[in-house]
Amino acid sequence: MLSPAIMRSNALSPMQSSGTTAASTTSLSVLPDAAKLVFRGKTEAIEAAGAHFGVKPSLEACRFAAVGGRSVYWLGPDEWLFQAVNENPIEVFGGMSAALQGQACSLVDVSHRSDGIAVAGPTAALVLNHGCPLDLSLKAFPVGMCTRTVLGKASLLLSRSEEHVFHVDVWRSFAPYVWQFLDEARSLS
Amino acid sequence: MTGTYRVRRGDVAESRNAVHFTFDGKSYQGLAGDTLASALIANGVHLVGRSFKYHRPRGFVSAGSEEPNALVGVGATQSRYTPNLLATQVEIYDGLVAESQNRWPSLETDAGFLNEYFSAFLPAGFYYKTFMWPRTAWKKLYEPVIRRMAGLGKAPAEPDADRYTQVFAHCDVLIVGAGPAGLAAALEASNSDATVILCDEQAEMGGSLLSDRSASIDGMQAADWARAALDELRKRPNVKLMSRTTAFGWYPHNFVGLNERVTDHLSNPATNQPRERLWQVRAKEVVLAAGAIERPLVFTDNDRPGIMLAGAARTYVNRYGVVPGKQVVVFTACDSAYRAALDLKAAGARIQVIVDLRKSVSGYWVDKARAEGIKVRSDSIVRGTSGWLRVKSAQISNAQGGDAETVACDLILMSGGFTPSVHLFSQSRGKLSYSEELRAYVPGESVERERSVGACKGLFALESVIESGAKGGRDAAAKAGFPPHGERSYAVSAQSVGADAFIGSVMTDHQAEKRAWVDFQNDVTAKDVRLATREGFRSIEHVKRYTTTGMATDQGKLSNMNALGVVSKQIDVAVPKVGLTTFRPPYTPTTFGSFAGQSRGDLFDPVRKTSIHAWAEAQGARFEDVGVWKRAWYFPQVGEDMHAAVARECKATRESVGIFDASTLGKIEIVGKDAAEFMNRMYTNAWTKLEPGRLRYGVMLREDGFIMDDGVVGRMATDRFHVTTTTGGAARVLSMMEDYLQTEWPDLEVWLTSTTEQWSVIALQGPNARKVLEPLVDGIDLSADAMPHMSVREGRICGVPTRLFRVSFTGELGFEVNVPAGYGRAVWEAIFAAGKPYGITPYGTETMHVLRAEKGYIIVGQETDGTVTPDDAGLGWAVGKAKRDFVGKRSLSRPALVREDRKQLVGLLTTDPKVVLEEGAQIVLDPTHPIPVPMIGHITSSYWSATLNRSIALALVRGGRSRMGEELSIPMPDGVIKAKVVDSILFDPKGERLNA
Repeated sequence: MLSPAIMRSNALSPMQSSGTTAASTTSLSVLPDAAKLVFRGKTEAIEAAGAHFGVKPSLEACRFAAVGGRSVYWLGPDEWLFQAVNENPIEVFGGMSAALQGQACSLVDVSHRSDGIAVAGPTAALVLNHGCPLDLSLKAFPVGMCTRTVLGKASLLLSRSEEHVFHVDVWRSFAPYVWQFLDEARSLS
Repeated sequence: MTGTYRVRRGDVAESRNAVHFTFDGKSYQGLAGDTLASALIANGVHLVGRSFKYHRPRGFVSAGSEEPNALVGVGATQSRYTPNLLATQVEIYDGLVAESQNRWPSLETDAGFLNEYFSAFLPAGFYYKTFMWPRTAWKKLYEPVIRRMAGLGKAPAEPDADRYTQVFAHCDVLIVGAGPAGLAAALEASNSDATVILCDEQAEMGGSLLSDRSASIDGMQAADWARAALDELRKRPNVKLMSRTTAFGWYPHNFVGLNERVTDHLSNPATNQPRERLWQVRAKEVVLAAGAIERPLVFTDNDRPGIMLAGAARTYVNRYGVVPGKQVVVFTACDSAYRAALDLKAAGARIQVIVDLRKSVSGYWVDKARAEGIKVRSDSIVRGTSGWLRVKSAQISNAQGGDAETVACDLILMSGGFTPSVHLFSQSRGKLSYSEELRAYVPGESVERERSVGACKGLFALESVIESGAKGGRDAAAKAGFPPHGERSYAVSAQSVGADAFIGSVMTDHQAEKRAWVDFQNDVTAKDVRLATREGFRSIEHVKRYTTTGMATDQGKLSNMNALGVVSKQIDVAVPKVGLTTFRPPYTPTTFGSFAGQSRGDLFDPVRKTSIHAWAEAQGARFEDVGVWKRAWYFPQVGEDMHAAVARECKATRESVGIFDASTLGKIEIVGKDAAEFMNRMYTNAWTKLEPGRLRYGVMLREDGFIMDDGVVGRMATDRFHVTTTTGGAARVLSMMEDYLQTEWPDLEVWLTSTTEQWSVIALQGPNARKVLEPLVDGIDLSADAMPHMSVREGRICGVPTRLFRVSFTGELGFEVNVPAGYGRAVWEAIFAAGKPYGITPYGTETMHVLRAEKGYIIVGQETDGTVTPDDAGLGWAVGKAKRDFVGKRSLSRPALVREDRKQLVGLLTTDPKVVLEEGAQIVLDPTHPIPVPMIGHITSSYWSATLNRSIALALVRGGRSRMGEELSIPMPDGVIKAKVVDSILFDPKGERLNA
């Protein structure tokens, strides 16, 4: 019997080695696996969830909060994404579920639903703007902002962790398209 | 030698490198910075095309994007060939290959000019008239001959080798046009914290300033001032300058499409450069500084090569250092042509005469021309010309008629005043108003957040142009929330050319208007326009369509106002009453490549693949598209066709065990204390009593009572459901649920999360399924007693967590193994290895379809078409009759939905078991009935069943369930097929196998 870590495959594994060789100031990299939980529920419950997780979720729209490898993304008025990099989804889910016992909320493990890509470099915003219609200037999309949006014909969660670093979280079956799209865009900008 | 018509005039000419190119196979030399037009004119070439309809020789009319005649094909290879580019915009580079179009065998001797002799038979509306008669001419004449001769350029024969991109951009102020008004607007708007984009369609920014040798600004010559202003703008970090960039379309809420031509002017573009970039700009405020376009005059034979707009000649001589002719006749209705004549004279051309339509002429420019010895003839017209491949002379007479004087010339300049470029303003839904003085439409009331400045607003004096640009720039920045830090002043020294203008035809003799062109590109004459009005067309929109004036690729930039003038005069109705045709994007022709952008090849559409896809691919699976998913269709072995492969897969699954990738099924996790109540309201079934650990087949309706989706639902806990949907319905179902939850039942404590991609789903079906699975599973008792049909358990498989469903879509003992998607491939391979001793057989969607059809299981979208109720589909048992309400419940009791003769799902067995019916075929009672034969139903599914060794079919038949045993007819092109109505469950009707 194999260990789960060895068995796990990422939809982007084949992409990493097949990028264009064109020199670009923007880099693409696959983000490490993470435990990802979608929380939906009432405000009292989100506070309890945050307290257990060790990261205070933003109540402001389109913002994320992070402590170490753990972060919480605001996705909607009653929806947050809890992410713990390199942690075991079952353990994180189990702990959270226990802490939220009796609370008016829903917690769903989506750790395998999506893959992450880091888009980094001084022209990262321009590269993303090849398919994302949002204003990605620092003024309109500051560090700490996150939102669900589109890139070309794929939906994704976009967040900005540094001035020149964006993270893209995209459902697995769309991940190769998004990677290729970004790779094409960076080779032309 | 760079051409005999080159003069030392433009300062660009001082140190320009020689550039070699070919036109129609002949080598020419131009200078860096030339357009193809200026380089050809420098070499004395004016003949560049043949007209669309009559194939008359044509030359350059303009020096810009309004050019109607000089359409060329550019590109040395088919994969980089572009037809219909404007020679006045194409920048030359070493190795450029260009050719003329619409001529055969050559530009000089084109057979198509024969149309000229038949012109009497090709009147306005010719194309519409041919629709009527004679019918036989369609095949022999119209299609083969006219279509070929009337073509405009040739589409390239190979796929485009270039890449294109699209980029979204945002700015506070977008300024369209970098002439004097646009530059002033940019200087003012960017003197703030506003982000500014300034775009211009030309290679060099500066607009009319680049061609102006008489005006000065801030003590500098106009062109030098423009360059200084651009240097200043370049230094500002909040400004983005975009040359070779056409703002081609206005879309709602200040969304403007810009097309940037990145590499067309380069011999050797870098590999990281797209050919074109489509910018989709959302601007808080827009300043339109699009300028104005000079109007031709309509007179007999005004289309010969060597007859061009006065301003264009001025641009060629002042900006490119090229004199378009040496013996010049000028025909004008305004002062600006005098200015052009003086510039040409200064470059060495001889001005034979200036013919002015106006009764009396005076003022600075007239006086200056006279002072320089130029003959000026007022109240006169050019009423004809001679010369075939190049103009040779002009016939000049009094405006009212009388004897004509013939004056030799190789160039005729014309000017009827200027038409403001209100295209983008009009596209933004701004209201236009007609200016009697300018004989043109100017911007009236704005609808969007934009303002027009300079010539596109109808201002032509340089001082007021710059003033309005500066004001517009300041206003735009302030309205965007960034008041400029100050104002600057501009010391403008320029002599006004006034605003006189003329529209319509100058001819008094209507007979002569047969050759007086209004629309050069579409070959429409003043006579054609007049004919249209005589045939009853009064609205300009109708005249346009009947005569095709303004319908060419130049969209009537030169012709629209003159056509309006002709109509207005003919029917004696004021111009604004005649109307104005609609301005539509794009402003100038835009490539398909630009609109396609990155969306080609692999990036045309996302292709969704499951984590097991690569395994199936390696096994040689054929795939089918389901939405944008790729699903394994069947797994042919060497020498097998689809029929053989599917028969083998079916047999193996029924006899031992088959494995199937069901990962694409939609999945939704529904959690909360009101989860069961929510399920009760969304689905027809009753959910309250479903125990945790059990599955149920659920049916979902739209409000109209028709089946929308279906799927198996697992109750994981009292407050948690694992819902599955059809592959194609996943997003639709989630949206509808979310919609109801947010708008109808916000009080329910229940939340939805899409888990489609969280889970890989491996279906294991067949009598040996349990034996294969058992050794791999931890913590779940798979025995029939512990885990009956339609139950779900959580545990581990191959060491990873699973939600294990016991469910069957084949009628066999079956399981669906849900594992987190990242483990899908590994678990699949482990199951496949464990199944080897049982001859485990991978099967695809086709086998899945056959196996379920044998059992009479419906597929939403195949057995249903949006008009099928649960009862129609034989699913009445799934409707919770005792439930108070659910979506679609009330509709189910509508009279039409309870009629007994509704189409109902039945099985059909053909009399000849070897005949497989065609899906979609219609079913009738009496095939001998006279046409139209009443149809009582149609085939929804039809397959060869290896299990039953005969063909099977499902069908929706009117009153089908009461027709059991009846023989029906299916008329097909090669005969009528007979089939008997049977129950829709054709295999194992008691369900003994799936409960094994």
